[in-house]
Amino acid sequence: MSRRVRVALLAPALLVLGTLFAWAIAGLPAFGDYRGPYGYVLNRIVVPLRHTTNVVMATTFDVRGIDTMGEEFILYASVIGVTLLLRDESGARRAERRTRRLRSDAVRLVGVVLVGVGLLVGLWLVAFGYVTPGGGFPGGVVLAGAILVLYLIGSHRDYRPFRNEHLLDPLEGIGAGGYVVTGLAALVTGLAFLTNLFGFGTTGTLASGGSIGILNAAAGIAVAIAMLLLFAEFLETYVVPLEPEDVQS
Amino acid sequence: MSYLPYAVAAWLCLVGLAGVATSKNLVHLAVCLTVTQSSSYVLLLTVGYVDHGKAPIFKGVELGTPAVDPVVQALTLTDIVVSVVVVALILALALDAHRLSGTVDPDRIADISG
Amino acid sequence: MSWIPPLLVAIPLLGAAVVAALDHITPTPVQDVLVVAASAATTALAFVLLWHAESHEVVHWFGGWQVHDGVALGVDFAVGPLAAGMCVVIGLVVTLALLYSLTFLREAARLFDALMLVALGAMCGFAMSGDLFNLFVWLELMGVAAYALTGFQVERLGPVQGAVNFAITNSVGGYLFAIGIALIYARTGSLNLAEIGRTLSHGPAGGLVIFAMTLLFCGLLVKGAVVPFHLWAADAYAVAPAPVCAVLGGVMTDIGLIGVARLYWTVFDVPFGHGHAVGDVLLWMGLVSAVLTGAMAFLQRHLKRMLAYSVLCHIGIMLAGIGLLDSAGLAGAELMFLAHALLTAGLFFVAGILHVDHGLIDELNLRGKGRGCWAPAVAWFAATIGLVGTPYVGIYLGHGLIDEGATGPGRSWVLVPLWLGSALAGAALLRAGARIFLGWGEADDPLLGRPFEEDPLERHVLRPLLVAVALTAVVLGLAISVVPGLGQRAEYAAERFRDRAGYAARVLRDQPMSPPQSLPVTIRHTSLDSFLYGGGATILALGLAVLGLYGRRLPQTALAVAERSLAPPIRVLRELHSGVVGDYVTWVAVGTAVTGAAWALLLR
Repeated sequence: MSRRVRVALLAPALLVLGTLFAWAIAGLPAFGDYRGPYGYVLNRIVVPLRHTTNVVMATTFDVRGIDTMGEEFILYASVIGVTLLLRDESGARRAERRTRRLRSDAVRLVGVVLVGVGLLVGLWLVAFGYVTPGGGFPGGVVLAGAILVLYLIGSHRDYRPFRNEHLLDPLEGIGAGGYVVTGLAALVTGLAFLTNLFGFGTTGTLASGGSIGILNAAAGIAVAIAMLLLFAEFLETYVVPLEPEDVQS
Repeated sequence: MSYLPYAVAAWLCLVGLAGVATSKNLVHLAVCLTVTQSSSYVLLLTVGYVDHGKAPIFKGVELGTPAVDPVVQALTLTDIVVSVVVVALILALALDAHRLSGTVDPDRIADISG
Repeated sequence: MSWIPPLLVAIPLLGAAVVAALDHITPTPVQDVLVVAASAATTALAFVLLWHAESHEVVHWFGGWQVHDGVALGVDFAVGPLAAGMCVVIGLVVTLALLYSLTFLREAARLFDALMLVALGAMCGFAMSGDLFNLFVWLELMGVAAYALTGFQVERLGPVQGAVNFAITNSVGGYLFAIGIALIYARTGSLNLAEIGRTLSHGPAGGLVIFAMTLLFCGLLVKGAVVPFHLWAADAYAVAPAPVCAVLGGVMTDIGLIGVARLYWTVFDVPFGHGHAVGDVLLWMGLVSAVLTGAMAFLQRHLKRMLAYSVLCHIGIMLAGIGLLDSAGLAGAELMFLAHALLTAGLFFVAGILHVDHGLIDELNLRGKGRGCWAPAVAWFAATIGLVGTPYVGIYLGHGLIDEGATGPGRSWVLVPLWLGSALAGAALLRAGARIFLGWGEADDPLLGRPFEEDPLERHVLRPLLVAVALTAVVLGLAISVVPGLGQRAEYAAERFRDRAGYAARVLRDQPMSPPQSLPVTIRHTSLDSFLYGGGATILALGLAVLGLYGRRLPQTALAVAERSLAPPIRVLRELHSGVVGDYVTWVAVGTAVTGAAWALLLR
C-alpha cells in the first residue's frame, strides 16, 4: 500500500478508536477516586503479615510472585534472543580492537564519580528495596548503568571484563533459575508454589519479609547481569576503525 | 480536569500507534512502540491513584495512612520490563537489517510478500 | 493434585535456565537429554493433570494467598479438562519439535532449546491461568521467545523481516491487551477472572466494559492471527526453521483463541451473554478469515507460507466454532485444535525434510524432486486429507461438532464457508504434494507469483529421526477423530468451560463441582450433513488441486475469462499482504476500530 492509502486507512481508524476511548473514559471513576478493594486490602494487611514496609515490593515478590517469575524469564529470554540475533557465525575473528581513548580529564573525573555513586545507589536500592522505595529491578538497572559508564569514560577494553561469558551466563541462569527453585522449595514441602517460607523478622529492618528479601536480591542480580549482557551484545557489533594516531600506548 | 490523565493515556496510545504505522526507521519505530506502551503505564497508575494518598511504603509512616494502590505499581514494573525487552529485540533486528540490506527503513526491507 | 499446575510451568522454565547456563560446561548429549526430558516430563504431567481435572477443577493459589475476606489477593491457576488437554497437546508438539531439531539444527542449539522450553512453559501458563494480568505475562513471554526463534537464521534478510513484522505486530496487540486490563481493573478493582465476572454481574456494562473487551479480544486475536490481524503470520512462518514453525503454527497461534474463549466464558458472558452480539462478530471474523486465508493458501508456491495460510484457515474455522457460543461449537474447536496441531506440525516437519534433501522450499522448483521418498510423501498426503476434513480422519470430528453447533440454532449456512475454506487450503496442499512427490502438473504457473528461497540449514541430519517424528505427528493427528470417547469428553470439557457460575464458586468459595456422570467410550456420531460436507470438501479439494496442476490446459477462452475476472482480486489480495510492517499495524488499528464500533453499536 502506498503511504497515502495507509494514512487514509489509519486516520479514520484512529479517530474511531479515539471516540471509543473517550466513551470508555467517561465510565471511569474520576482521577483519585480509587474504589477497588484490592489495593486497600493489601495496604492494610501486608505489613502485619510479612513485616515488609515496601508494600509494592511485597506485592511484586510475594502476593503476585508468579508474575515476577514470568517477568524474570522474559528478561532472560530476551538476553538469549538478542545473543541469538546478533551472533556472528561467519567465523571471522574480529581483530583486537583498540578504540580511541578518551582524552578529556574532566569527563573522566565526572565519569569516575558517577560510577562510584551509581554503584552505591544501585546496591542500596537493591539491598533496602523491600524496606524503602527501590527494589531489585531499579537497583539492578542502576548497577548496570554505572558499569556502562566505564565504557563511556574508558574504552571497550575497560568494559570487557564485565562481558566474560563463562562467568555471566551461569550467573544469569542462577538468578532466573533460583527464582523457580525458591518456588519449588515451597511446593516440595507441601505448600503452594512460591509460598513465603522463612521467618518474617522485624518490620522495617533488612531482616524482614522472609523470601521477599531473597527474591529481591536474586532479581537485582539477574536484572543487572541481563542489562550488562545486553549492552555487551550491542557494543560487540560496533566496530571502530583503528587509527594509528589515536592509539595511545 | 479530573479526566485529563486518562485523556493523556488515550492520546499517547493513539499517537504511538500512528508513529508505528508511519515510521520510516526501525529505531524510531521501537521508540514509538514504547510510547504506545507508556500509555498503559499512565492508565494503570492513574487508575490506582487515591486523593491525598501517600506512597504505599510504610517505613516511618503510620499504618493506616491513606496510600495509593500498590498493585498497579507492581503491574507497571512488569510492563516496563516487557517494553525494554521488546525494544532490545527490535533494535537487534534493526542492526541485522542494516547489516544485510544497508537500510533500516521498514518499507524497504520487505523481502517476502504476497 | 493441585501441585501439578505450577510444575507445568516450573519444569520447562527451570530447564531453560539450566540448559542455557550450562552451555559451555556440559557435553552436548547430556544437554540434549536434559532438554527432551524436561519437555517430555511436562507432557506426562499434563496427562496426569487431565485425568484429574475431569472430575474437578484443579485450582492452585500461588504463594498460598487464598481468598481473603471475599477478595482474591493472589494469582491462581484454574485448570479444567479443556485447559489440561491443551497443555497435553502443547507438550506433545514441543517435544516432537525438540526431537526433530536435535539434528536439524547444530549452531546455537542450546540457545534454541532454551527458548523452546521457555515457550512451552509460557504456553502452559497461559492455558491454565485464572488471572488477567498473569495471562498478559505469559502472552508476552511466549511472544519474546517466538520473535527470537523466528529470526533464527540471521544470515538473510527474510528472517529479519519476518521477525520484525512478528515482533512489532504482536507487541502492539499485547499493549492493547494491557490497556484493556487497566480499564477492567478500574471498573472492577480485581484481576482475578472469577472475581471480575462476579463484579460485572452487578451494575450496567457501559462503554468502558465494551471497549475493554474490544481491546482484550483484539490483542488476543492479533496473536491468533485472525483476519485482519493475520498479516504477520505468513511472513514469520515462511522464514522460521521448520521445528519452530511446527510450534508456532501448531499451538502458539491457536492459544490466542483459547484466551478469547476463556475471557468470554469467565467474564464477558455476564454482561453480554443475553444476546449473541459478541459471538456473532467473532463468528463473522472466523468465517471471513477461513475463506480469505484458504484462498491465499492456494496462491502460494513457498511451502511454509502455504502452510501458514492453511493454519490460519483452520484458526478461522475454530474461531467460528467459538463464536457460536455453544458447547458443541467450543468442543468442536477444541477437537480441531488437537488434530490440527499435530497434523500441521507433521506437515511442517515434512517441509523441513524436503528442504534438507533438496535445499529448496518452493513448490515449483521442487517439482518431481520428491519422487521416491515414500515416507514423507505418505505423511504429507495423509496429513492433508486429515486437514481437509475427510470423514473420520483428522479434523473431521471437530468440524462435525462445529457443524452441529451451527445447525442447532438454525444457522446451517455457516457450514458452507467453513467447508469451502478447508477445501481451498486442502487443495493447495494436495496440489503441492502432487507436484512435488508425483511430478504432476506444469513446470510453471504465473498464478503463484514470484519465487523466493532460503538457504538450507544443516546437512548432517539424522534423516530417519526427522521422518519418524513427522510420521508420529501425522498418525496421532489423524487418529483424533476415531479415538473412542474423545468426542463426548470434549463436549463435557466444553460444558465445564462454559459453566461460569460453577467456575466462580470453585475458585472463590472452594465449592467442589459435581463430578461427571460416566461418559461413554464410543466414537461419537456426527450428523449426515457433516458427512456429506466432508465428502464434498474432499472432492472439491481434489478438483481444485487438479485445476491448479493442469489449469493451463483449459481452452484459451475459458482461461482468458478466468484471468480477467480473477486477476484484479488476486492482485489486491497480494498487495494487501505487502510484507511492510506499517501496513500491518494500520490493519490492526482498522480491525480494532471496526470491531469496537460493531460491539459498541450492537451492545449499547
